[in-house]
Amino acid sequence: MQPSKFEYRKASTLDEAVSLGGGEADYLAGGHSLIPAMKLRLSEPSTLVDISGIGDLKGISRDGDTIKIGALTTHSEVASSGVVNDGCAALADAAGMIGDPQVRNRGTIGGNVAHADPASDYPGILVALGATIVTTGRSTAAEDFFTGLFETALGEGEIVTEVQVPATGDGTGAAYSKFFNPASRYAVVGVGAVVTKSGGTCESCRIGVTGASDHAYRATAAEEALSGSDLGDEAIAAAAAKVADGGEMMSDLSASAQYRAHLCSVMASRAISEAASRA
Amino acid sequence: MGNYIGKNEKRVEDPRFIQGKGRYVANLSLPDMAYVAILRSPHAHAKINSINTDAAKAMDGVIDVFVGQDLIDGGVGQMPVIWQLPENKVPVRWPLTPDKVRHVGDSVAAVVAEDAYIARDALDLIKVDYEILPATTGAEATTGDGKPLVHDEIENNISYTWGLGDKDACDKAFEEADHVIEVDIENQRLIPNAMEPRACAAQWTASTEEMTVWTTSQNPHIIRFGLSAVTLPEIPEHKLRVISPDVGGGFGSKIFHYPEEIILPWVAKRVNRPVKWVATRSESFMTDSQGRDHVQHCKMAVTKDGTITGLHVELYADMGAYLSSIAPLIPTVICITLFSGLYKIPGIWGHTTGTLTNTVPVDAYRGAGRPEASFLLERLVDMAAKELGMDPIEFRRKNFIPKDEFPYQTPVAFLYDSGDYHAMMDKAEENAGYAEMRKNQEDARKEGRLVGIGVCGAVEASGYGPAATVGALGFYGGMWEHGAIRVHPTGRVTAFTGSHSHGQGHETTFAQIIADKLGIDVADVDVVHGDTDLVTQGMGTYGSRSAAVGGEALVNAATEIRNKLVELAAHLLEASVDDIVYDDENGKVYVKGVEDKAKTFGELAFAAYSGHSLPEGMDPGLEEAAYYNPGNFTFPCSAHIVQVEVDKDTGETTIQRYVAIEDCGNVINPMIVEGQILGGIVQGIGQALFEHGIYDESGQLVTGSMLDYTMPRADNLPMIESDRTETPSPSNSLGVKGVGEMGTISSTPAVVNAVVDALTDYDVTHIDMPLTSEKIWNIINSNGG
Repeated sequence: MQPSKFEYRKASTLDEAVSLGGGEADYLAGGHSLIPAMKLRLSEPSTLVDISGIGDLKGISRDGDTIKIGALTTHSEVASSGVVNDGCAALADAAGMIGDPQVRNRGTIGGNVAHADPASDYPGILVALGATIVTTGRSTAAEDFFTGLFETALGEGEIVTEVQVPATGDGTGAAYSKFFNPASRYAVVGVGAVVTKSGGTCESCRIGVTGASDHAYRATAAEEALSGSDLGDEAIAAAAAKVADGGEMMSDLSASAQYRAHLCSVMASRAISEAASRA
Repeated sequence: MGNYIGKNEKRVEDPRFIQGKGRYVANLSLPDMAYVAILRSPHAHAKINSINTDAAKAMDGVIDVFVGQDLIDGGVGQMPVIWQLPENKVPVRWPLTPDKVRHVGDSVAAVVAEDAYIARDALDLIKVDYEILPATTGAEATTGDGKPLVHDEIENNISYTWGLGDKDACDKAFEEADHVIEVDIENQRLIPNAMEPRACAAQWTASTEEMTVWTTSQNPHIIRFGLSAVTLPEIPEHKLRVISPDVGGGFGSKIFHYPEEIILPWVAKRVNRPVKWVATRSESFMTDSQGRDHVQHCKMAVTKDGTITGLHVELYADMGAYLSSIAPLIPTVICITLFSGLYKIPGIWGHTTGTLTNTVPVDAYRGAGRPEASFLLERLVDMAAKELGMDPIEFRRKNFIPKDEFPYQTPVAFLYDSGDYHAMMDKAEENAGYAEMRKNQEDARKEGRLVGIGVCGAVEASGYGPAATVGALGFYGGMWEHGAIRVHPTGRVTAFTGSHSHGQGHETTFAQIIADKLGIDVADVDVVHGDTDLVTQGMGTYGSRSAAVGGEALVNAATEIRNKLVELAAHLLEASVDDIVYDDENGKVYVKGVEDKAKTFGELAFAAYSGHSLPEGMDPGLEEAAYYNPGNFTFPCSAHIVQVEVDKDTGETTIQRYVAIEDCGNVINPMIVEGQILGGIVQGIGQALFEHGIYDESGQLVTGSMLDYTMPRADNLPMIESDRTETPSPSNSLGVKGVGEMGTISSTPAVVNAVVDALTDYDVTHIDMPLTSEKIWNIINSNGG
């Protein structure tokens, strides 16, 4: 398969990358969404600015209660990171469910969130976790970052540099539950849940949903229903049933809107139960 | 030495495959090579008012651009249909369509350029003025009044009708039946998706007027014949070499003669440069002939004691926009002949209507007509057992053809060669621990879990096939096979087979056969295939025919080699031919009782070539060519037992256990046979649970990529518990039966039977494939339980 003709530039610093961007240029990180789209000529950038060699954008560290993940960190690095598994295992779980080993070895967290595929795994769990997307210009809460179908808050020439995730503290558990598209292995529905317990009750929670709607969203009605509950089966089911309320359900070959809404509820139940058990 | 047959020889072809050193057409690079890209129709049905190629031709690096009329004016022939039925209407099809496109992906123009990127860019500069026409889809729906005609000259989009069986006996069975089981089945469209996309290259040697074509074919000799006899008559057969080197899977989709195999050599001669085309995966989806796609109206007559007495099937088969090479065969001769299955059924009638739609052509795909037959039969059998309250195994056993009735003449033409269906099912039952499985199922159900057990038994006709029979049924050629053995003066052997390996492992198994027949080391045998200049003739590989037909041709050649060696040894040892012993085990030849004065295979080979002392009338040299025309098909069979669990919440099906018994007669290499069985089973599971080539009403292929077309993957599967019974075929000297398709044929109904069994509380008797989670959830959701 042959993409259209394009210029190739390799940036060695972030400043250089910014100066090369804009217009019809596109940034290349792991290339696992962009390159297939280019081969199908669904994407035809005039210039490909390769940022994969920028060392500043790689690596995982922990700063107090914040886990910092460089934009060029691959999914397999997130999935196997001790820092992530210790501080926020649900994120490592979600990373491990992306694509297949080849995709996970090349695809990056920055490229993933910038691409904003509606069926991608990261957006769901990042919204649930209350993650922050750091770019060359600013910091944006994940729930405000994903704005539409393949659309984000990113401006022209703006590059994602880091994803910051709060480590789950004592009494808090998080989990990600996914219904795989059997063909693409993207999420038909993916639900991330963070539950903070106090005694036997749910003190607070956050629920993020991907795959169901044109972009990842917070299921606030479900969060409200669950907060203050005893986290019993009935309470979880009642809250989970409201998860689809937060978004306009997509309808496609893999699932009708009605089935998707149902899967939201099932995946939410599973994620909430798991998060509660980890709390 | 010797005794290789029956042993797990490691595949000699694997080291090059697993090291990425295979020689595929796409790897071919020749000096001065140019690249071809094909413009494909984005519309399912449209009249071509005009094509303007000026801008494309003017582009830097573009060598030339050709349209359909250029090829017609340049002497190409129409695409042939080489299996035809009486009074069938064959639509006109050219390598590049000149007037009208009839499916998404139909070929419109060919660009030749300096590299593949320029060729692709130039496609965007070709301006086609399309007048979009309404499209028609649906195997049965396309025959309706007022439907657009795919080809104006073919009324009601019906290409042919064909029936087989004993209609009177069938009618009588239904009149007298205690139970009539009825079901309408849609056996969905499948897209083959061999791992290697199709590719073609061609080189014209002007000085000698010779053409070489490289193509990803399962049968290069048939392609050579088709080109020189029909589609590219400017290249005579003796000046045309067709090479199909390593080919990465075919599953039937690489049997057929494709437009690119004409376009590439035609273009190579016009531009006088070697040219190459490699399909993108997208092109594979919209140009490789597809599979299945039947609508079947079925009913079965059963008496109250559980005896099947009749089967009646009215079948509509979607052929797509044109008849692909052997398409008319698939839903007729090769399908209805299997309607008897493993059972004694006196009254069978099947009738097929082959129809045309604005979709990619449909032709043979692994199993080819036989899975469609087995699926409807094994679904009906399961439904009948349920209606009569009988266990599905018990019901099948009651109707099995007993082993002492072989050879068994079915009412649908076939004479089954051999079989012991009871022993096969006994082994399946035992390996599965069937009684225990049922008990566990009961326990699971009590816990509210949806566990189902599916059973299937099937037979297929493999080893296609006796030349006169296939000729009488509509095949243009004969389905014999050719094999030749060249013993070199050092005693090493090169064998040449007209069979073609595209994953089957012939280089290993055929070497095992020859090593045994000649009593030599298997490492001393090299097997050559896939080149019409090296292999004299061949019919290729499909219909599970390589061992049963291709293997026998090599046995014939080996027998002639042996005969010559015995005669030569008798001469050298001054003995009578009758006193000569050919020691297969040790590869030597001696006079009975005088073993110490034996001549080795190598000594005799050298003697044959030195010619110093040959018996009177014997010519020097040691190579023999042979043909083998089978006397009958072979009839492998299988019994599968599957356990599934359906997730009540999501509708997802998990296969928990898969127990398979195959009987393919004698086995040459058990490991390779098991590989064929496992691969086949997975492909059948793919149809049962996942795969579906979907066209919308406008004829657009909705599942045109791997994002939407679900292939089965390793994590969808349990470890398959595969085992065999061995009932040798009396049809050939090796006692072998074909194994390439058996797994596919049995696994599809087995899995569906299991899921229907799991949903027994939800008032469902049949579910059309694929059994997607949403479809199952809808049943659970709407039928309560």
